Amino acid sequence: MGAPLYEIRRQGRGLRATVLLAVAGGMVLPIVAGLGQTLKAAFGLFPALGHDRLSVGPWRMLFELPGFWTSLRLSVVTGLGSTLIALILAIAVAATVQGRIPARRGARLLAPYLAAPHAAMAIGFAFLLAPSGWIARALALPLGWARPPDLVTVNDPHGLILILGLVVKEMPFLLLVTLSALSQVDARRLRAVGAALGYAPGMAWIKIVLPLVWPLIRLPVYVVLAYGLSTVDMAIILGPSNPPTLAVAVARWYGDPDPAMFLPASAGAILQGAVVIAAIAALWLGERVVARLALSWLRRGGRGHGAGPVLGLLTGTAMLLLMAGAAAMVSLVLWSFAWRWPFPALWPESWSLRAWFAPGSGLGRALANTLLIALVATALSLTLAVAWLEGEDRAGLGRAGWAEGLIYLPLLVPQIGFLYGLHVVFLSTGAMTGLAAVIWAQGLFVFPYVMIALSDPWRALDPRLIRAAEALGAGPWRRLFAVKLPVLLQPLLTAAAVGVAVSVAQYLPTLFLGAGRVPTLTTEAVTLSSGSDRRVTGAYATLQAVLPFACYTLAFLVPALLYRNRRDLSGAQ
Amino acid sequence: MKFPLILAATLGAASPALADWQATLDAARGQTVYWNAWGGDERTNAFIAWVGEETGRLYGVNVEQVKLTDTAEAVTRVIAEKAAGNDTDGSVDLIWINGPNFLAMKEQGLLTGPFVADLPNARFVDLSPDAPAAVDFTVPVEGMESPWRLAKFVFVYDSARVTEPPRDMLGFAGWAASHPGRMTHPDPSNFMGATFLKQALIELAPDPAALQDAVTDAAFATQTAPLWDWYDALRPNLWHGGATFPDNQSVQQQLLNDGEVDISMSFDPASTAAAIAEGLLPETARVFVPEGGTIGNVSFVAIPVNAAHKEGAMVVANFLLDPATQSHMQNIEVLGSFSVLDPAKLDGDAAAAFAALPTAPALPVLDDLGPTLLEPHASWMTRLTDEWARRYTK
Repeated sequence: MGAPLYEIRRQGRGLRATVLLAVAGGMVLPIVAGLGQTLKAAFGLFPALGHDRLSVGPWRMLFELPGFWTSLRLSVVTGLGSTLIALILAIAVAATVQGRIPARRGARLLAPYLAAPHAAMAIGFAFLLAPSGWIARALALPLGWARPPDLVTVNDPHGLILILGLVVKEMPFLLLVTLSALSQVDARRLRAVGAALGYAPGMAWIKIVLPLVWPLIRLPVYVVLAYGLSTVDMAIILGPSNPPTLAVAVARWYGDPDPAMFLPASAGAILQGAVVIAAIAALWLGERVVARLALSWLRRGGRGHGAGPVLGLLTGTAMLLLMAGAAAMVSLVLWSFAWRWPFPALWPESWSLRAWFAPGSGLGRALANTLLIALVATALSLTLAVAWLEGEDRAGLGRAGWAEGLIYLPLLVPQIGFLYGLHVVFLSTGAMTGLAAVIWAQGLFVFPYVMIALSDPWRALDPRLIRAAEALGAGPWRRLFAVKLPVLLQPLLTAAAVGVAVSVAQYLPTLFLGAGRVPTLTTEAVTLSSGSDRRVTGAYATLQAVLPFACYTLAFLVPALLYRNRRDLSGAQ
Repeated sequence: MKFPLILAATLGAASPALADWQATLDAARGQTVYWNAWGGDERTNAFIAWVGEETGRLYGVNVEQVKLTDTAEAVTRVIAEKAAGNDTDGSVDLIWINGPNFLAMKEQGLLTGPFVADLPNARFVDLSPDAPAAVDFTVPVEGMESPWRLAKFVFVYDSARVTEPPRDMLGFAGWAASHPGRMTHPDPSNFMGATFLKQALIELAPDPAALQDAVTDAAFATQTAPLWDWYDALRPNLWHGGATFPDNQSVQQQLLNDGEVDISMSFDPASTAAAIAEGLLPETARVFVPEGGTIGNVSFVAIPVNAAHKEGAMVVANFLLDPATQSHMQNIEVLGSFSVLDPAKLDGDAAAAFAALPTAPALPVLDDLGPTLLEPHASWMTRLTDEWARRYTK
């Protein structure tokens, strides 16, 4: 036998404390410091420009900026609207496909949607839906359009297309989260009970399974909401422009030639944070209200045999949106190989590899940077996550709610709220620059997702395996390296793939902390999307989507190859 | 690549200024200059990459382009660094800049200089007080930024769809009324959108000379009144009913290419021919200018006060003014931007190099472009875009 139990527990607590310290010092502290800087500027303290008196002037300026109230309204409507629609559709699909698609196959089907970064999806989606876009081209021939119709689609003033784009990107994520939560609530038996009581399959799912699943997907829904409210890259490409959503407006004010605009911009960034908090609070309240109202609905005991068509309609809509997302991605790949592709041609008129091989385009360098940052940030995050979970195991501690909150902090606080302040903090302390700073900043967002992806499978590990190893005399380290990690290879690789996907997609952290000097596929793709060459944008966006997708594929293939003679480890269920 | 460069250093080290330049060259060797420049145009990016190769080969100075979506990003970065007390090791060495961004940086004391007169190649540029290269949006340059390419406002149209483009700015209202939804302009928060409004203002203002002075409330009300009447008539017939606007001129060029609009605009008379060669516009795209001429200005590079590689930045600024560099830049197959050099100051070989440049159907010659109108005082642009936002951003 190895070390005595109390010794292992002590080690475990130590391990977890170390990780906590790293998380607090490396994540929470900088975010708080960044928020502090922004907050100071929002209240008139910005010594570099000679503002050193506390005042509410920046707020007054903010409220008087043209279009401010519309921007605020647009943010709330698009953020809340897209989240609710994505949630309803995801639930409808989950209720319809229940039992027919196991979580793992679902993950494989949905991986391309999760892998495609928001900006790439948005660029493709814009081409699909524009008055001169793919759909319009398909209609042009039968309807005899020589010119694109003068319809307002992309960048519509109400943000409807932005809502649609957000739904296409977020619904697969919520669906995946829901499918994997199902494995934890023994949905099969619950459905059998529901069926025995005479409930229609879809209604049984909604009335019996969903209430158990909801607590497991609540935080991811909050993350989706926070993202929808504060997205900059998607809103620039798909959203309204005059005025834009609040997050875009704040980014624009930060970029105004007049340095005095810094102060109202900071106030706007703080307000952006407040909006996210308020929206999450509203969702939480809504949850209570729904829970109360639904009680009588549940007690009435409707078996829901008439609900089929509604569920069918919602599922159909969801499938249509998934197809639109796929078409958007395909259009980008086509563009990257096109030379001329004018309206109303359905396919490119002429082809070229120039977008991929043009000299001096920097594609290779951006790719190398992206890979390096993604691999390092993911490796660090994965190590940290394993250390945390192993620490919990050894200390015999369960999941702590506050720790969960800590992990989610970077995902819930809007990036624009603290990144600028963080940049100032970094510069004044001279802590890190360039690549290192970018890796660290991305880690802020990679670690939470890696932790989310890994913690459930880790905690679901069959404890008998560990006990057997212990009985055979394996110490805690051997149990970790010889039993847990090999058995958990598939979830570890999946978590790594999620980490790479998150890292590749980061735009603002890379831009701010890299001082623009660390070009990645995403920063270049977003910059290029402000230009007019859809073909080059297509090349970047394709790579941007292919990279994480390749990682997802590897995460499925490697265990399948390595464990081809171990059925339960290979992931081939 | 062989390039017959006129090296100031080889002309002799007798004068003290040139001796200083040798010191600059020595200090610059081995530096990497982070040139912050708008990155939305692949040809410009490729030209900047070429500049880096050449300065690396000739002077041991590397150039890294920091691609911006908006020049103000670089200004923000310098301010953030100053806020953090970073006075000597800034991340921005050279900025492609002009207009309000230059005015803001100059007024805040964020620029190094004056340095232009110290550049050996400055002798090819007309730097007399009223010359285009000495005034940036009516703000005297005073040696704080160095010119590198000429910009002149032009309109682009697809001659396959438009037989008769508007003759002047006033004519746009009528043209749009008979072709509703077929034209737009970039959002005025963008440089090009603001220029569209300024171009109209110069033509429509009762007294255009008043625009050369700093704006006052009274002057603004008098001079812009006809502009707003014209714009109120124009706007409902713009693309998407004038409710949304493209982000910048590249997006509008894409709209022209997609056939969503028939007219676009550019600050580079050669950009249309270049875009056709790149497959980004139909072969039938052509350039036109309103009868009274258009706004012209010069693009500059400036060095932030806290730049880490000032000497390298100066070497790059000087290289950009080399006649060989300028004629390479004016080549339509490279960038096609008109040179900022004074033809009268060029010697025979350099002048011949310019004369031998290739032409293209969509490339206007200088005479087609009409007179160059002066930019209004920078304060007008700010007031104009603020007022536009107040009126039309609800």
